[in-house]
Amino acid sequence: MEWLMWFSKPENTKPLALIIFFVTFIGIVIYVYGSKKRGQKLESYRDIPFLDDQEGTKDKQ
Amino acid sequence: MAVTTYSGAEQYNFDIVKKFSVMALVWAVVGMFVGVYIASELAWPFLNFDSPYFSFGRFRPVHTSAVIFGFGGSALFATSYYVVQRTCQTRLISDGMASFTFWGWQTVIVLAALSYVSGYSQGREYAEMEWPIDILIEVVWVTYLILFVGTIMRRKQPHIYVANWFYLSFILATALLHTFNNLSMPVDLFSMKSYSLFSGTQDAMTQWWYGHNAVGFFLTAAFLGMMYYFVPKQAGRPIYSYRLSIVHFWALSFMYMWVGGHHLHWTALPDWTSSLAAAFSILLLMPSWGGMINGIMTLSGAWDKLRTDPVMRFMIVALSFYGMSTFEGPMMSLKEVNALSHYTDWTVGHVHSGALGWVAMISFGSLYHMMPKLWDTKIYSQKLVEWHFWLATIGIVLYIVAMWISGITQGLMWRAFDEFGNLQYSFAESVAAMMPFYAMRAIGGMFFLSGASLMAFNMFMTIRQGKRESAALEAKLAAKMAHA
Repeated sequence: MEWLMWFSKPENTKPLALIIFFVTFIGIVIYVYGSKKRGQKLESYRDIPFLDDQEGTKDKQ
Repeated sequence: MAVTTYSGAEQYNFDIVKKFSVMALVWAVVGMFVGVYIASELAWPFLNFDSPYFSFGRFRPVHTSAVIFGFGGSALFATSYYVVQRTCQTRLISDGMASFTFWGWQTVIVLAALSYVSGYSQGREYAEMEWPIDILIEVVWVTYLILFVGTIMRRKQPHIYVANWFYLSFILATALLHTFNNLSMPVDLFSMKSYSLFSGTQDAMTQWWYGHNAVGFFLTAAFLGMMYYFVPKQAGRPIYSYRLSIVHFWALSFMYMWVGGHHLHWTALPDWTSSLAAAFSILLLMPSWGGMINGIMTLSGAWDKLRTDPVMRFMIVALSFYGMSTFEGPMMSLKEVNALSHYTDWTVGHVHSGALGWVAMISFGSLYHMMPKLWDTKIYSQKLVEWHFWLATIGIVLYIVAMWISGITQGLMWRAFDEFGNLQYSFAESVAAMMPFYAMRAIGGMFFLSGASLMAFNMFMTIRQGKRESAALEAKLAAKMAHA
């Protein structure tokens, strides 16, 4: 269990945390903006609030 | 995407939404009245009546709990139940659980107010309730979580709309925050008094980890959920960018958790902790403004609605205040600025530009949109909505300008030295210098309260009108059936 001690040192865990979070964030951004097809699919979810409208008053854009 | 046609009350549980909406307005008026009263106590101290029951110290948590948990909480319960049902196109999984959250939550607010006035307090900001009330909150909140997640799991719409993500993060984070911030040991089983499990700096850090995340998740993420549904609905056009809303959600949820330490600059808290909190506070500006731009740009191409629709105006002004206070917050988290602003009225002004400008205004806008739909009628008086808007806006401006001036004055007076190196002003002199601004703040609060009272009246009349219309319709149908 000696290897666990590596995590107890802030000089190790701070850059590790930075890498994990930075990579995760970049991953989310690539997922969201990386593919045109996926982008169109994601943007289609904008209409969900209007799907069960009685009056269907959504403006045409 | 699945498309389900709207079929009204049978498809959804709107009864619970109605109850919470009405109580949101009741608590708004009660909580803001207490707020105006304690603001007046500071301006005109005779209002204390030399009685502990009227003192600022006991009434202040009554005000904060009534407006944050009573008004804000009830508005969030109402809108989250409305939004989750309509965007998942399914009914809440249990009417009984929904009803329990309503009665449980209202009991919490009433018990909290009574306990504060009686002198019971944990002394933890925005979490003053003593342990028996904390346990009740825990039970209500877990029920809320089960109900919300269960409803999402039963959805007919394959995708979970982004507003529900924000609501869910608020429910989860609040459960986590409430649990750990309130770990305490009662003096005995039949005593209201308890002591925190933490002590010293750790206790302060736990308190402000809770405190700022209460701002982040209760007062921001949840109301962003409201914004992502009601701004598009009121504008009649979809949100500007769904992709931006996804980045907004993840960035905001991640960054808020780190910033609590900026409340403890220049204290016994380790320097790196408060520096880290300041760094994350600055980073937080980006997702906050991304969300604000996403909301405001939803009106792109339909800006004329701002002129013609007072409800839309509430929402856009709310987003503008959101942008302003999320700029001011990171600025105040810088250590040098904080050295001037901390412990002064500037902080009080900052909180209220967020609480009144963002939280209350977006709630007013959403309730104005939702309540007439719930009772299947139109708003009783658009003119009163206009009046409410201007009273609220003038009230906020008076409030925050007063607190900016008084806060910066206080900060400068406290750090002024004479030529011998002694403090130039006594504390009492700084209090005396605040008096005109305390009066100005109380008047600002009176404007805001008047607006909220007009809204309560307007919505009361709207409900009455809706009930009359449906009674008339039913009578007409009954007459038709009798003739058939």
